[in-house]
Amino acid sequence: MNDSLSLRDRIARQVREIPRSGIRDFFDIVSTMRDVISLSIGEPDFDTPWHVRESTVFALERGATHYTSNLGYLELRRALSRYVARQFGAEYNPENEILVTVGVSEALDLALRALINPGDEVLYHEPCYVSYRALILFAHGVPVAVETRPEDGFRLTRAMLEARVSPRTKVLLLNFPNNPTGAILDQRDLEAIAAFVREHDLLVITDEIYAELTYDQPHVSLVSLPGMRDRTIFLHGFSKAWAMTGFRLGYACAPAELTEAMMKIHQYTMLCASSLSQKAALEALSRPEQDVREMVDEYRRRRNFIASALADLGLPCTRPRGAFYAFPDIRRFGLSSKDFALRFLREEKVAVVPGTAFGACGEGFLRCAYATGMEQLKEAMRRLGRFLQRLETEKTAGTS
Amino acid sequence: MDPAAPMDGTTVSGSTLRTVPVRLPANVDHGTIMDELLKILANNALESRETIARMLNLPVAEVEARIAEYERAGIIRGYQAILNEDQLGLDKVTAVIEVKVTPQREGGFDRIAERISRFPEVRSAYLMSGAYDLLLFVEGRNLREVAAFVSEKLAPLEGVLSTATHFMLKTYKHLGVLMHPETPDERLAVSP
Repeated sequence: MNDSLSLRDRIARQVREIPRSGIRDFFDIVSTMRDVISLSIGEPDFDTPWHVRESTVFALERGATHYTSNLGYLELRRALSRYVARQFGAEYNPENEILVTVGVSEALDLALRALINPGDEVLYHEPCYVSYRALILFAHGVPVAVETRPEDGFRLTRAMLEARVSPRTKVLLLNFPNNPTGAILDQRDLEAIAAFVREHDLLVITDEIYAELTYDQPHVSLVSLPGMRDRTIFLHGFSKAWAMTGFRLGYACAPAELTEAMMKIHQYTMLCASSLSQKAALEALSRPEQDVREMVDEYRRRRNFIASALADLGLPCTRPRGAFYAFPDIRRFGLSSKDFALRFLREEKVAVVPGTAFGACGEGFLRCAYATGMEQLKEAMRRLGRFLQRLETEKTAGTS
Repeated sequence: MDPAAPMDGTTVSGSTLRTVPVRLPANVDHGTIMDELLKILANNALESRETIARMLNLPVAEVEARIAEYERAGIIRGYQAILNEDQLGLDKVTAVIEVKVTPQREGGFDRIAERISRFPEVRSAYLMSGAYDLLLFVEGRNLREVAAFVSEKLAPLEGVLSTATHFMLKTYKHLGVLMHPETPDERLAVSP
């Protein structure tokens, strides 16, 4: 190879300058180890409901193996329209206001690319899902992070948003229930945010992938608030509530003009979501109450368990109210999140994700996913107790 | 207990309905909590009382008291291990027997059903709708033993009109548990 040929320099700037996901670094280490209890998995440990899998096999036998409409099967969009109206309180026309995508990940990328001109600012809250900042940059937008704090239960407030909004702000990106903090927003929180959005005439992208997984109160969607539906792209999918991560099926609901804009990108890049996954999604929507309720009940028991176990270990932790993550505060041990997670992994073989993977303000926190069996959760908490005791002993030895 | 009765603290005993006196804190939704505790135990009866207490946000003593109450009331009838008997290679056969009976005056189906249920060979017995009346799961060491039970004990009973015996060949799922489970967790160890 020609030595003068520097490939790295030729990579597009906005790609080159984005660091790898912190989660991937950590994955590389964990994957070399054996017998690790993993609390670092952002997907359900439940199997996809059998009726969904069985009917996908049937769809394959019946030959649902061709391109579908760019927007997705109309039958599926109709079912989605009914589900969203019932569950989230907003009406979308299945003909032109719903777009079926390859996971919420694709939908988010489409939404950002459809709205952002170079230099437009996007307000989003941290700690947050690993891809938001990167996707904003890929779309040539300017990411503006609003830090949520443990003292507010990691909720997003109007005051925080007012401090970061500017004349260049175009979009507010929301994700509640939140990965990694487990925080949710209630009706009042959302009303304040809706007022802020109206006042500054912003558009909203709301990623509500964990909506079904709330444990103390039903989820409230921003799109159910007056006027919000008409300036919002609502994103949802089947990965979390139906344990269908590998199917890669999500959808975007938005006013027709915005749907059409996203559709343009989608038709030239993805063409359509997998036909089989769409059939699976249609089946999943046939009995959502039963499928989801059983999983939610089990997650709630685990949530209660991990919250109580962390409290007994003296780790402050905002009570997780949605999704399946606890985000305990480890600042008093004086270790960085990454050092803590690495030592915990090496010494006790338990994998948790350093809070910094979800934004700089995640420093001093860990993400512990409780989408894992009770036996493993119990063992992980036992090991965490042992590890914390060792850290305490070291600290005392160091200071005496 | 009537299998169709909801597990909400109400149980049918004989012909009179009585409510099981389980004390609950005033701020707790009666139905939800009752079901949750029983669900956990039905899934894993060995779950420690401490863990159950954490899962339900209740004091350990409260959990113990409720379990004791369920046991006393007869809602919890016992605790058993779920065995994969095929794997043990036992000298044992199980037959599923459909029985047609004549309901008796004043006793209905209950008297004959109870009489049949008391044989230790009968592991389970259900009253059914449809072409026959009782469905029995009967165990024996071999076909001959089960056949002898049917011809000598079951069929001659007064009120039994006919029987149809089917032998079980292999167990795929028992009490909600797959006997040949799927591949282990294939999820990546870390994911966003």
